[in-house]
Amino acid sequence: MRNIADDRVHLTREHAVELLRQMTRIRRFEEKCAELYTQEKIRGFLHLYIGEEANAVGVISALAEDEAIVATYREHGHALVRGLPMSEVMAEMFGKAAGSSRGRGGSMHIFSARHRFFGGNAIVAGGLPLAVGLALADKMLGIERATCCFFGEGAAAEGEFHESLNLAALWHLPVLFVCENNLYAMGTALARSQSNPSISTRAAVYGIASEAVDGMNVVDVEAAARRAVHAVRRGEGPRFIEAKTYRFRAHSMFDADLYREKAEIEAWKKRDPLTLFSDWALSAGVLHPDDRQEIEVDVAREIDTAVGFAEAAEWEPVEDLATDVVSPRPETEP
Amino acid sequence: MTVRRMNYREAVREALREALARDKRVFLMGEDVNRYGGAYACSLGLPAEFGDERIRDAPLSESAFVGAGIGAALGGMRPIVEIMTINFSLLALDQIVNSAATLRHMSGGQFSVPIVIRMATGAGRQLAAQHSHSLEGWYGHIPGIRVLAPATVADARGMLWPALLDPDPVVIMEHATLYNDEDELPAEGDMSVDITKAAKRREGSDATVIAHSASVKKALNAAEMLAGEGIDCEVIDLRILRPLDDETIVASVRKTHRAVIVDEAWRSGSLAAEISSRITEQAFYDLDGAVERVCSAEVPIPYPKHLEQAALPQPQSIAAAVRKAMRR
Ligand SMILES: Cc1ncc(C[n+]2csc(CCOP(=O)(O)OP(=O)(O)O)c2C)c(N)n1
Repeated sequence: MRNIADDRVHLTREHAVELLRQMTRIRRFEEKCAELYTQEKIRGFLHLYIGEEANAVGVISALAEDEAIVATYREHGHALVRGLPMSEVMAEMFGKAAGSSRGRGGSMHIFSARHRFFGGNAIVAGGLPLAVGLALADKMLGIERATCCFFGEGAAAEGEFHESLNLAALWHLPVLFVCENNLYAMGTALARSQSNPSISTRAAVYGIASEAVDGMNVVDVEAAARRAVHAVRRGEGPRFIEAKTYRFRAHSMFDADLYREKAEIEAWKKRDPLTLFSDWALSAGVLHPDDRQEIEVDVAREIDTAVGFAEAAEWEPVEDLATDVVSPRPETEP
Repeated sequence: MTVRRMNYREAVREALREALARDKRVFLMGEDVNRYGGAYACSLGLPAEFGDERIRDAPLSESAFVGAGIGAALGGMRPIVEIMTINFSLLALDQIVNSAATLRHMSGGQFSVPIVIRMATGAGRQLAAQHSHSLEGWYGHIPGIRVLAPATVADARGMLWPALLDPDPVVIMEHATLYNDEDELPAEGDMSVDITKAAKRREGSDATVIAHSASVKKALNAAEMLAGEGIDCEVIDLRILRPLDDETIVASVRKTHRAVIVDEAWRSGSLAAEISSRITEQAFYDLDGAVERVCSAEVPIPYPKHLEQAALPQPQSIAAAVRKAMRR
């Protein structure tokens, strides 16, 4: 059972295994997706999260299962950590009817009502107002829980970012904003898009307590998320975390990645969140020597199953194309 | 005359280069136009020639940089603003509709806004419901702007300069599936094209198929299929979505007596609806039957290929509509 009642991280072996297992699931799942993309099993846009795993894992570890998550088009990792079955996520990547969004959304639009996973939003900054509204609903319904919203630093230039922060602060809403600052919005480096490159200070202007954290260090991220989410749950209004991170791969499979230096990428890879954590945990004796290998074996098995499931799944029949554009009319028509 | 081959993307790039070289007031502004080279690689290489000031990367802030483009146009510049796709242009719709399109009339003719806004539109690349829509008909609804839809390499090359000469806002819709299309263009000379007239892409006598953008190719494919059945289609490429060239459309329908309109947008409240109305208003007694329309299924565009293709107009569905119009 996940311990969410504590506002501090307790690094038992069990928890350390869980953190590493979740990061490994994302990493290997996405490596597989890249391979499947070249085989044309996955099409359209595919945005990989490789390098940024510590953020989804650290933050979502601090959330209760019913605390809503709003994410972007780079959301495979968030969906997996939230608990969507890998088979459903993989089937979605293929566009099969057994996928989490019936295959209609693909990589960018993973949704799961039963996991309170609200996507899968591919309009940059489009998720922030939704998160504000989900939190507003909780507040008006008297439900004490947080809503967590993930977005990139590119979103911080959009009006919707500023309008949402203001609303959340003004109305004192239980939102945890998590900016995954990977330094690039497509090919635009942070310094070329923000007059003030510190994103966390933006939140401060709206009176939102904010914290910048090392987004390559899963323990730091989880610790910050626990502090923040507890404050949010206590009714202290919104909180903001800026996680400083890096994507190891190109923006999408269409991106030739010509706007940054190879040396910069290599330097960041030295701080790979998976090795950073597992090396430390091993040396500290939190993880046992065999744990890493066992996790890899389990994850490989899970991925094989998910790919097999997605391969075997059916396509949605063309006749169903127009279903669910709108809901069925309620039965009690006047 | 010597000719050369180029694709639609290269044609856009060459048109940008020409404009930047011809007029110092011209600059290109948008997300990822500089370091990345443009989301569709249209401005790749241009920063080296024209510098960071004139190939200006803008942050993710569509409303602000489109609005700034409008302001710069008021201030004496000739901005070309690139919006990655029409889907994101919705964040800038306020500036386009409430400022760019209104300023001239609302100010009693004192100000005009010589801005060109380019954006990619359309479906067909499995990009799902937030990256695939054809909303150009919405722009066609707005008085005060001119809306262009280059369907050919020649138009991609030749529409930009005349658009910049237009004293009012011009929006250019580039269909995302066209960028790799190749064609021959003259090696030299003035590439500018007329931006007031529709074009006849195929001469025919039995039915008029009216299309724009990527649908023109589909209409031509349908016409080839039908030629084998003894049906001779005329294909009109709208080119200009606002103001519509009624004259060319109506003249063709008067000749063929049958009209089929192809539009990748949804049928309800569409450009296809507008054209159909104009045909019945202006050529009702020349028609041998009802105007037919082939539009996208009224659904947000789905990701899987089979569903996406089923949602879009296809040569087969266009041919079927022509047969229906011919009562065949
Ligand atoms: C409103 C809007 N404008 C442009 C785009 C195209 N686009 C998709 S992702 C992206 C970069 C976003 O960067 P960031 O927010 O930092 O997130 P990251 O991709 O780095 O995770 C851009 C420009 C979009 N999807 N939505």
